[in-house]
Amino acid sequence: MENTTSGAIGLLQKTELLFEYGRLDVSGVDVTPIANPQTRLGKMKRQQNPQLPGLTEPEAVRHYVRLSQRNYAIDLGMFPLGSCTMKHNPRLNEAMARLAGFADIHPLQPQSTVQGALELMHELSFWLTTLTGMQAVALSPKAGAHGEQCGMLAIRAALDANGQQHRRRVLVPKSAHGTNPATAAQCGFTVDEIGQTANGRVDFADFYAKLGDDVAAVMITNPNTCGLFEPQIKEIADAIHAAGGYFYCDGANFNAIVGKVKIAELGVDAMHINLHKTFSTPHGGGGPGSGPTVLSTALAPFAPVPLVVKTANGFELVENASGEAEQAFGRMVAFHGQMGMYVRALAYMLSHGGDGLKQVAEDAVLNANYILASLKDVMSPAFDGYCMHEALFDDSFLEGTGVTTLDFAKAMIDEGFHPMTMYFPLVVHGAMLIEPTETESKNTLDGFIASTRALAVAARSNDISKFDHAPHLAPSKRLDEVMAARKPVLKYV
Amino acid sequence: MRYLPLSDENRQSMLGAIGAKNVDDFFTDIPVFARLNAPIAELPSHKTELEVSRHLSAMAAKNVAAGSVPFFCGAGAYRHHVPASVDHIIQRSEFLTTYTPYQPEIAQGTLQTLFEFQTQVARLLDCEVANASMYDGSTACAEAVVMAARVTKRNKIIISGGVHPHYVAAAQTLAQNIGLEIMVLDASIDDEKAVIAHLASDIACVVVSCPNVFGTISDLSDISRAAQAQGSLVVGVFTEVMAFGLIEPLGAMGCDIVVGEGQSIGNALNFGGPYVGLFATREKYMRQMPGRLAGETVDLDGNRGFVLTLSTREQHIRREKATSNICTNSGLCALAFTVHLSLLGQKGLGQVAAKCHEMAVEVAQALESIDRVTVLTEAFFNEIAVSLPKPAAQVVDELAAKGVLGGVPYSRLDPNCSAQMRNVLLVAATETNTKDDIRALADALKEVL
Repeated sequence: MENTTSGAIGLLQKTELLFEYGRLDVSGVDVTPIANPQTRLGKMKRQQNPQLPGLTEPEAVRHYVRLSQRNYAIDLGMFPLGSCTMKHNPRLNEAMARLAGFADIHPLQPQSTVQGALELMHELSFWLTTLTGMQAVALSPKAGAHGEQCGMLAIRAALDANGQQHRRRVLVPKSAHGTNPATAAQCGFTVDEIGQTANGRVDFADFYAKLGDDVAAVMITNPNTCGLFEPQIKEIADAIHAAGGYFYCDGANFNAIVGKVKIAELGVDAMHINLHKTFSTPHGGGGPGSGPTVLSTALAPFAPVPLVVKTANGFELVENASGEAEQAFGRMVAFHGQMGMYVRALAYMLSHGGDGLKQVAEDAVLNANYILASLKDVMSPAFDGYCMHEALFDDSFLEGTGVTTLDFAKAMIDEGFHPMTMYFPLVVHGAMLIEPTETESKNTLDGFIASTRALAVAARSNDISKFDHAPHLAPSKRLDEVMAARKPVLKYV
Repeated sequence: MRYLPLSDENRQSMLGAIGAKNVDDFFTDIPVFARLNAPIAELPSHKTELEVSRHLSAMAAKNVAAGSVPFFCGAGAYRHHVPASVDHIIQRSEFLTTYTPYQPEIAQGTLQTLFEFQTQVARLLDCEVANASMYDGSTACAEAVVMAARVTKRNKIIISGGVHPHYVAAAQTLAQNIGLEIMVLDASIDDEKAVIAHLASDIACVVVSCPNVFGTISDLSDISRAAQAQGSLVVGVFTEVMAFGLIEPLGAMGCDIVVGEGQSIGNALNFGGPYVGLFATREKYMRQMPGRLAGETVDLDGNRGFVLTLSTREQHIRREKATSNICTNSGLCALAFTVHLSLLGQKGLGQVAAKCHEMAVEVAQALESIDRVTVLTEAFFNEIAVSLPKPAAQVVDELAAKGVLGGVPYSRLDPNCSAQMRNVLLVAATETNTKDDIRALADALKEVL
């Protein structure tokens, strides 16, 4: 890029750190002066200033607007990050979450003053249990991994209640999200990996061989991380139940099957649902999420507090493990979970309705299959046949080209697309996982396909100029991640 | 359907290109008995934007918004004024609708703001390093306990009677299944030092709070020295981050891990979430931290840039050996925190904090003048525990009936508390309160007692 005196490159402005030009004696907030100088701080007054610089409002707004322009976003273009479900975030949902009756209420106000909020939680619970056919839902988990924890702790509580404390082994496929084994370990289980077949499904024989009277549960993502539905899912459920364990289903990919499958019929005992995926609450650059967890009849009594129940006098929040929550495994978090996300998700559900949600799954799956079919002659699909909501390729089409999956992904940036998920799932060599979602038009998909095909053709004809040191056109060149980890600089000094 | 761009014509032509007859060809792996062949009958059909807005607005209208009444609830969530520009920034598409910054070349906006967030948090709490956020204060506290056990290779935890009971519960939920033993001391208005008597060479950490759930602020330095002499860590907890504009931060008092709720800066009450957990510690424990970390580096041109780093701690690399299972955190709430704190600076922060304290002192003075009401908290920032002549839960309901949200009964947080604690009301004030609010609270309280 050209060097300019200002450091800007046209529209792309220079982005200094706040600490490089903010001033310690400046504030962008005017505060009413103190009238009563009396204090009751004991001897606890802060001794040293925190060295936090301030900016006036015009400077602060410009600072963050400039930074924002260095981000890719779903509102800017296609973001086919497999496993992450980057779909359009309806703005109505933002407006609803900001209604004072939702945003400006305190979690510990008297329940009589928050009946509408409890009603909303109750209605969201109705949608989640009706869409899955499950008995109950725990709303409070703060994100997907927290929802996994909720399900696994409910399983643990059920086992303990039934005198099965010796069951502490959890079976997890090699293809699982890293959160699954991490969650199992965090809930005090040991993790036993199960393999996968050549067609990308759980190796039933390996699973079956690893069952035993110390097995607590199996955690299966369905559709799985290869973007495929597990056809033997009910056999797996039946086998784990027969062996005395429970079936945890990772619902990260529920977007592919919402309105198409009755989850309860598959023998699922617990499944978290990422409201920030299937029900389109914004990802916000890494959260907040929300991970309500639906539970079977067997696990429902062990759901964590709080719970919302409908009574003759309205809605009641059960906050303590007594009465109808007597067997609750405990509390996972202060207060009641991600209300802001509940409002957005319910707005999304109401907008789509039962009919629209079914269409969501069908269009998401159609879009992924269209990409798979349109690229399979120039790239290498990891598995034969149709996919669900995401198309998975391995890197065999790049063999001998010198181009890696990473290079290929970075070249996508120059084409104006967010790259696909790279190197995940781990069971596929050089994996590229493409999830278009249902909110992309055919026109956008065709543009994405044309760019991806052109790159694949270029790589295979050994024209590596688009890949070497890519991206070339992004706000930053490739960043040195090794240096960042070797000499960590985690704050401005 | 306004959110679905494919037309029926598109669908047909795409099916043709794929060589499929029907979209259901893609769903044949689903067992027949589990398939839903029509929209679920119990669910309504799609609605217009106007219909959805009416439906949800009607629900919202059934709630009493904090801003519409004299309002004094705290106990872990606080109502502060957030400048309009903060919400404007976090609603920018480029921040709102992006993902965890896995592709740093097109995510410098998010990464640099996280780096600024980490720097601000570390400076505010007076700690060496901070992570890029946790779900909230309670889960940050739970993770801190687990981290302390990992660092010390010990399994006993002592929690003071001043830590927010929900935080204690979240820590117990996480810790009890991985072989950690937690001892929780009796609820105490101002005795954080009670943990010292339980110190021993097998204690992983003590968990203490300042301000604590009763609003008490106290010097934790003696606790830190005593714990560290035994090789134990000190986890310092807070629920009101605005306090550190005015009072001594936990890092300065020798706490090894400092965790708490960051909601007060940048984030609305939201009925309890989403919030933003703050997590900070010493540099030597950096690789034991949970959560994301943004780090500085350079790009191929030698220009400064930022990336997610030290990810070998995390679940997507280490799987069952990860420091935590956390993946999605509170990115956008952390951004709101950073924008708000950039606007405040230490100057504005100090002024807002001083205003909060002023209002709390006024509340204390107003309540002290009421017969049979005792302010129990001696030194405080913006929250006080008040002893009433009858159960506080009953009093808040009676106050609500008079249009005053007068605080949080301690018994709501700890239903098994002593009879004495049952009469304790937690009352918080912030810069959003006025003298009229305080008068309304005092008048209403006199009437109901």
